[in-house]
Amino acid sequence: MAQYGFYFDSSRCTGCKTCEMACKDYKNLDSSIAFRKVYDYEGGSFTDTDGTLTHNVFSYHVSQACNHCDSPACLAVCPAGAVFKDDDSGLVYIDAKVCSGQKVCIDACPYGVPLYDSTVAKGVKCDGCRDRNAQGLKPICVDACPLRALDFGEIEELRSKYGDNASIAPLPDPSKTQPNLTVKMAAAAKPSEDTTGFIANPLEVS
Amino acid sequence: MGKVEESKFSRRTFCKAGGATLLAVAGSTSLGSLFACTPSETESGSKSPSGDGATANPNEKIAWSACNVNCGGNCAFQWHVIDGKIAYMETDNTGDDEMQSRACLRGRSMRRWINHPDRLQYPMKRVGKRGEGKFEQISWDEAVQTIADQLKYTIDTYGNEAIHNIYATGMYSATGNPSSRLLNCIGGCLDGHFDYSTNMLSAAMPYFYGDDFSPYDNVHASSFSEAAANSDLVVMFGNSPAETRMGGANATWDFAQVREGVTGRGGKIINIDFRLNESASGSTDEWLPIRPGTDGALVAALAHEWISNSQVDLDFLHTYCVGFDEESMPESAKGQNKSYRDYVMGTGYDMVAKTVEWAAEITQIPASRIKELAADIAGAEAPFICQGWGPQRHTNGEDSSRAISLLPCLIGKVGLPGTNTGQREAEPPTYMVGSIPSGDNGVAVTIPVYQWLNAVDHGKDMTATNAGIKGGDKLSTDIKFIWNYAGNCLTNQHGDINYTHEILADETKCEFILVWDTVMTDSAKYADILLPDAMRSEQMNLITQGYAEYYTAVLLGTAAQEPAFECRSSYDVMTDIADKLGVREDFTEGRSHDDWVKYVYEQGAADYPELPPFEEMLEKGIYKIACDAAIGLKDFRDDPVANPLSTPSGKIEIYSEQLAEIAAEWELEEWQVINPLPVFTPGLYGYGSVNDEYPLYGCGYHHKSRTHSSFGFIEDLKVVARNEIWVNPVDADSRSIKSGDVCSVKSPHGEIQVEARVTSRVIPGTIAIPQGAWHDADMSGDKVDKGGCVNTLTTYKPTGLAKGNGPAHSMIVQVKKA
Repeated sequence: MAQYGFYFDSSRCTGCKTCEMACKDYKNLDSSIAFRKVYDYEGGSFTDTDGTLTHNVFSYHVSQACNHCDSPACLAVCPAGAVFKDDDSGLVYIDAKVCSGQKVCIDACPYGVPLYDSTVAKGVKCDGCRDRNAQGLKPICVDACPLRALDFGEIEELRSKYGDNASIAPLPDPSKTQPNLTVKMAAAAKPSEDTTGFIANPLEVS
Repeated sequence: MGKVEESKFSRRTFCKAGGATLLAVAGSTSLGSLFACTPSETESGSKSPSGDGATANPNEKIAWSACNVNCGGNCAFQWHVIDGKIAYMETDNTGDDEMQSRACLRGRSMRRWINHPDRLQYPMKRVGKRGEGKFEQISWDEAVQTIADQLKYTIDTYGNEAIHNIYATGMYSATGNPSSRLLNCIGGCLDGHFDYSTNMLSAAMPYFYGDDFSPYDNVHASSFSEAAANSDLVVMFGNSPAETRMGGANATWDFAQVREGVTGRGGKIINIDFRLNESASGSTDEWLPIRPGTDGALVAALAHEWISNSQVDLDFLHTYCVGFDEESMPESAKGQNKSYRDYVMGTGYDMVAKTVEWAAEITQIPASRIKELAADIAGAEAPFICQGWGPQRHTNGEDSSRAISLLPCLIGKVGLPGTNTGQREAEPPTYMVGSIPSGDNGVAVTIPVYQWLNAVDHGKDMTATNAGIKGGDKLSTDIKFIWNYAGNCLTNQHGDINYTHEILADETKCEFILVWDTVMTDSAKYADILLPDAMRSEQMNLITQGYAEYYTAVLLGTAAQEPAFECRSSYDVMTDIADKLGVREDFTEGRSHDDWVKYVYEQGAADYPELPPFEEMLEKGIYKIACDAAIGLKDFRDDPVANPLSTPSGKIEIYSEQLAEIAAEWELEEWQVINPLPVFTPGLYGYGSVNDEYPLYGCGYHHKSRTHSSFGFIEDLKVVARNEIWVNPVDADSRSIKSGDVCSVKSPHGEIQVEARVTSRVIPGTIAIPQGAWHDADMSGDKVDKGGCVNTLTTYKPTGLAKGNGPAHSMIVQVKKA
């Protein structure tokens, strides 16, 4: 079986959120739901010496959709058996016909990926644009990125091309669910266990 | 794994440019089998949960179009249209990945604009007080007749000069705005010179680089692709392409390549800004924080360092420039200690040496850091020094913009590979198609673009020497008719909204205001007649794109949907107005809107034979060509005698005799100053102007959720990128302000309420206030602006030389929890 996943280049990402809006447009999501989110992560401060300033301020972004994990926490806990990991692609998706809307997956995912769509009383999430894949296309977010900071493909291929790091704050330690994600670190980027920075846009990613 | 697998996902393999025909969605056979049965196929036809996306549909077609707002990009849209209704957007996915004009987040929200329930639906006339926003529906016939009658009355009573076609940038398209053409058919109107984007710079730089200077060419600036290839140090002043030029047809991707090219060779990027902007995000060492509006002081201190260390290029300064030192001063100013060297070394003017210690206090940059910067720039082989348009949008912007351009001149790094002229990056060398011709304006006199409100209030008093009038000595009348097509500069994007409201609300001053838009902007509330425009994605749309300068493109779009409600194409409505005024044939030359699209395209194709035939282009949607990198002022550098600049001396004029004359002749207000040298003066509400009541500086910046005010009403964008002021923890903690708090920001001119983000990404002592948010205040009540529009806080005091919108970024404020 092939396993597909995402690549994210934090050195290129400017936090523009085009990926997020392209997904919202394609998937016709309302304003309360985003399948891809962009974290603003920052830290550091200024030191004032006689009115002049030095600083160690840093800021970078992390764009994240579903990581289509090897061990999907959402799948493991779903009481209805509505979460599937596709045999051919390894992409993780919710079958809306089966989902009973109990929100268990939402609490389980360490990445906060599944969301509850109250209009249909079901869990919803990124499916890696399986319909586009069927047409030979990459997910809409990847083709949208003005900075070419996203890629999608067989994870082994992505890892051989871009390396196998998936540890970047504020995302959780990748050992939890083995995400199919590889990340290029910006100069300012910190590993998952970082405690020197904080999410600066909590209201945009909640 | 390599290339075979990779090619399966290649856009070149699977995505051909679609035409206005049924979409061929046959995908890769191998991947098609991999992902054979998707769950969404079983959902078709019923209400499905969020996220099922569009599937292959036999009634689906693609309609190309483009973004038409004013970021300068005009990125590509490919509308996927199902049963006559837009389903979703893809952007440019044709050709080389590197050359795709990928729309930004705002472009991606365009469907929400087009299908928004708040679209203006039918023509309306004002029924309440002007500015109150009360309207009643009228017929197109009545609207057209009223406008024609009012034009005729204004011309008969006051003359054509009383009609002002106000600065408006909400819609760029080859045939989208024939307003000038129509008005010129009836004798013309009062136009403006300069623009709100580059107001101070456009006025000042011709005195430095010559009358031929334009901020929009590739002659007076170098390309980002030149920096990417050949520079070892990029120094940016108030320049964030990641926020002001966000789309793929714009400079953000160009700059990503600059950053990777330069740092990949071991070079450096230095981003001088009051915010850690998004172009510097991800870096650890690029941001050099500076107090806003003090760039000229930093430049003077760098000059002091270079002069003191004999690092200035005297050969260059004496051969190519006027006014650096006594030896190169013009006759009229010799022997008076008026050179830039005298200014910097403290032997002239204020007799203060512009040492790094002097500048440290002003800029908030430590003296040691300024010395380091001076050494870095002087030590670079090919420094690429550039400025965005933020530094010039201050009350001292005429001097700051010239000062930044002076930097590369001081060390002779102009016109050489990898260097720049201190200006923003070059624009594409060519625009392959033009636009519908405007004809000749029968009114010769023009006003500085920001002066329109004064011309409404007291135009008859405005002259060349007290108000910057060009093309004549004075205005003969006040403005009595404002024609505002797709613009929000009546209030929102102008200055001092509370004052502006008072002038506009007085119907004895401007007697008639026509506004033409797609939604109820704040400016639209001031209309006497308000017309609902069709979106460009609802009609044919031809445009040459934008600021990306390693390639350029032509886009030709077809209507994706029928115009909403009673909305009509502006061309068709203007044809009707022309008809009422007896100039229909002059206006149309027998052409319909779509005929003009074809005509303009074919005019372009006559000059660029590589453009496909029109019918083929209708299918392709987009045509792109790669552009060569430009080195600004290369010809002048190569041979200054054969290729002199268009200044009086033919050289770079550090000291401008013309400005000295203007400073002596013009009648200036007490806040206005014109300097022959690019010196540092704080300017109104600049350095040193804070006080107990307003202890913080305020400075605007471009927010990612808007192009100026365009898109400012789209709910999804407000959620994805929240409108927030940035407050440093140093300033927030003492006021008990936390992230997410709604705060009151007060200036001497008004008050806004806006959410705060507490962040060290803004320099202490200054509040960053995003521009373009939609004004929302009870103007007959407390006038507190709950929309958070920055121009509620700015003052309307035009600058000295440009008579421009320098106050846009120069503010003093107090902030507290609301």
